[in-house]
Amino acid sequence: MKTGFNFAYLDEATKRMIRRKILKAVCIPGYQCPFGGREMPLAYGWGTGGIQVTASIIGKEDILKVIDQGADDTTNAVSIKNFFKRVCNIMTTDKTAEASLIQTRHRIPETTLNKDQIIVYQVPQPEPLRKLEPKEKETRKLHAYKEYALMHVKLYEEISQFGSVIKTWAYPVETNNRYITDPTPIPKFDNPKMNNMEALQLFGAGREKRIYAIPPYTKVKSLDFEDHPFEIQTWDECCSICGSTKSYLDEIIINNEGKKNFICSDTDFCKSNLEKNK
Amino acid sequence: MYVAVKGGEKAIKSSLKLLENKRKETGTKSIEINQIKEQLSFAVDRVINEGSLYDKDLSALAIKQSQGDLVEAIFLLRAYRTTLERYAYSTAIDTSKIIIKRRISASFKDIPGGQILGPTFDYSHRLLDFSLMKEDEINSYENINNQEPKNKEFPSVIDYLNNENLLEQEINNLKDNPFDVTRDPMKFPASRDQWMQILARGDEGFLLGLSYSAIRGFGSKGTHPFVGEIKYGIVDIFISPDELGFEICIGSIEISECQMIDQFEGNKNTPPQFTRGYGLTFGYNERKSMAISIVDRALKSEGYGEEIKFPIQDHEFVLYHADNVEAQGFVTHLKLPHYVDFQGELNLIRKLRNEILQGKKL
Repeated sequence: MKTGFNFAYLDEATKRMIRRKILKAVCIPGYQCPFGGREMPLAYGWGTGGIQVTASIIGKEDILKVIDQGADDTTNAVSIKNFFKRVCNIMTTDKTAEASLIQTRHRIPETTLNKDQIIVYQVPQPEPLRKLEPKEKETRKLHAYKEYALMHVKLYEEISQFGSVIKTWAYPVETNNRYITDPTPIPKFDNPKMNNMEALQLFGAGREKRIYAIPPYTKVKSLDFEDHPFEIQTWDECCSICGSTKSYLDEIIINNEGKKNFICSDTDFCKSNLEKNK
Repeated sequence: MYVAVKGGEKAIKSSLKLLENKRKETGTKSIEINQIKEQLSFAVDRVINEGSLYDKDLSALAIKQSQGDLVEAIFLLRAYRTTLERYAYSTAIDTSKIIIKRRISASFKDIPGGQILGPTFDYSHRLLDFSLMKEDEINSYENINNQEPKNKEFPSVIDYLNNENLLEQEINNLKDNPFDVTRDPMKFPASRDQWMQILARGDEGFLLGLSYSAIRGFGSKGTHPFVGEIKYGIVDIFISPDELGFEICIGSIEISECQMIDQFEGNKNTPPQFTRGYGLTFGYNERKSMAISIVDRALKSEGYGEEIKFPIQDHEFVLYHADNVEAQGFVTHLKLPHYVDFQGELNLIRKLRNEILQGKKL
């Protein structure tokens, strides 16, 4: 099939430029590499960074999975998947285990990823310190000097005010004992999956023009204090479809009285769990 | 109902259809690209600027396709231009060699070459012209351009001040090709070539607001800038390919240029003198070129050792937020599903409230 575009849309020179940045990012886990991000035919903030990373590493043999909020059939995930179908003519899948390349927004699949897989995160704001220090000139220095007191004080203040850290998503991590890294707006529930993950984790921020990476088997630690250890979300309820008590749940309002149900956010996990339990 | 969870694929298809129908449902005549180009030329010029691609036909097409949503049209043009190859960088244009259409100075009563009002809304009374509600074919075109300007060259007026050293010199200190914001990530401290490019393709409304803030009081020292010169006309574009070793003209473009004069109190090394702000845009975009010139001057504050007090002087504030393709993308991404994160927040707020209500705290 002729698509009318270069394979994966980007021209080869751009892909090479991005691959070089990815290699650099892999060499310095958690470090944000500036890259000459291109305008994509998708709005900034809607996954342009993730798309550029995916486009530069995808091959004809790859099987692509795209999720948004854990689901394969959310509108933006469908739109991105269709984009790659159109410009790459490649196979796509909903099954986590089948995919060689997974682009995601806001979730890490519940199914453990393996060493033959790559997960590409869409990143709205790569700088974990940005809300504490708006200036890039300053935050780059803070990273260079490993000067992270701002972040620790922030977490401390939350504990003193609320009794616990109140960050529930984009919960900052320390990568390879060095850089504080933004895990993207995944729920903190997913943070432990990043630690020692077998799969390569790549992060693309299109608008901010940054790429960073966490190589396989890298230590990723969610920031905490000895007396206030990191905790993930739990629910009293279980998934009303598959009965899972181990997955991240979404809350669905089902009537005008506000009655709610909880279901797995990872639709593929939910489906296979249901089949398994039958 | 907006259902993010299921049926995404079908919903997208229908949505695109509905959008296309919006333009067609009452069955009016389709607008020709030429009509947009000629009769909505200011919109076309805005889109070539912020889309940063000098192609008025494609700009008109983008305006048609986006149904008049100019930010969307700009985005369409940007997404197209990013696929184009970069053949060469042109040499710097010479705006003194210009086929002039308009040229005014607010600083000098008369200037060599004369003041030329040209086409402008400035002195039109802003009264709706109801005759346009039903306009017949445009055939009563009256050529009034009988007075060709005598001069072929229009050197920058404010350079006359240079004879007395009253005005800061503009020194070309570019060693190599200019910074290219379409190829390289933003760098700080930003160089002037970098920020001039970002301003040229920046959102007109944002820049207008910023420049207004500066002259209203949220700018340096409350001085009032003076328009040294505004030009609108056609200039030639030259490239100098290595294999030729000389310059060749590859075409011409319309530009609007504004030179703003501003004060500077001087410091230990420099006696007081006038400083400049410069604005250059594609096409006829005078208002924007003026806004850029004020923002440009404010961004130079740091270099002059002036106190940085206001948003307009702050490089990161201005340069990171001027681009409307980036801004519109990020603001509108908020309508994408965020229910995973929101669930996290719900989970937390219930926990915090329970702890408090059960008397654990307070």
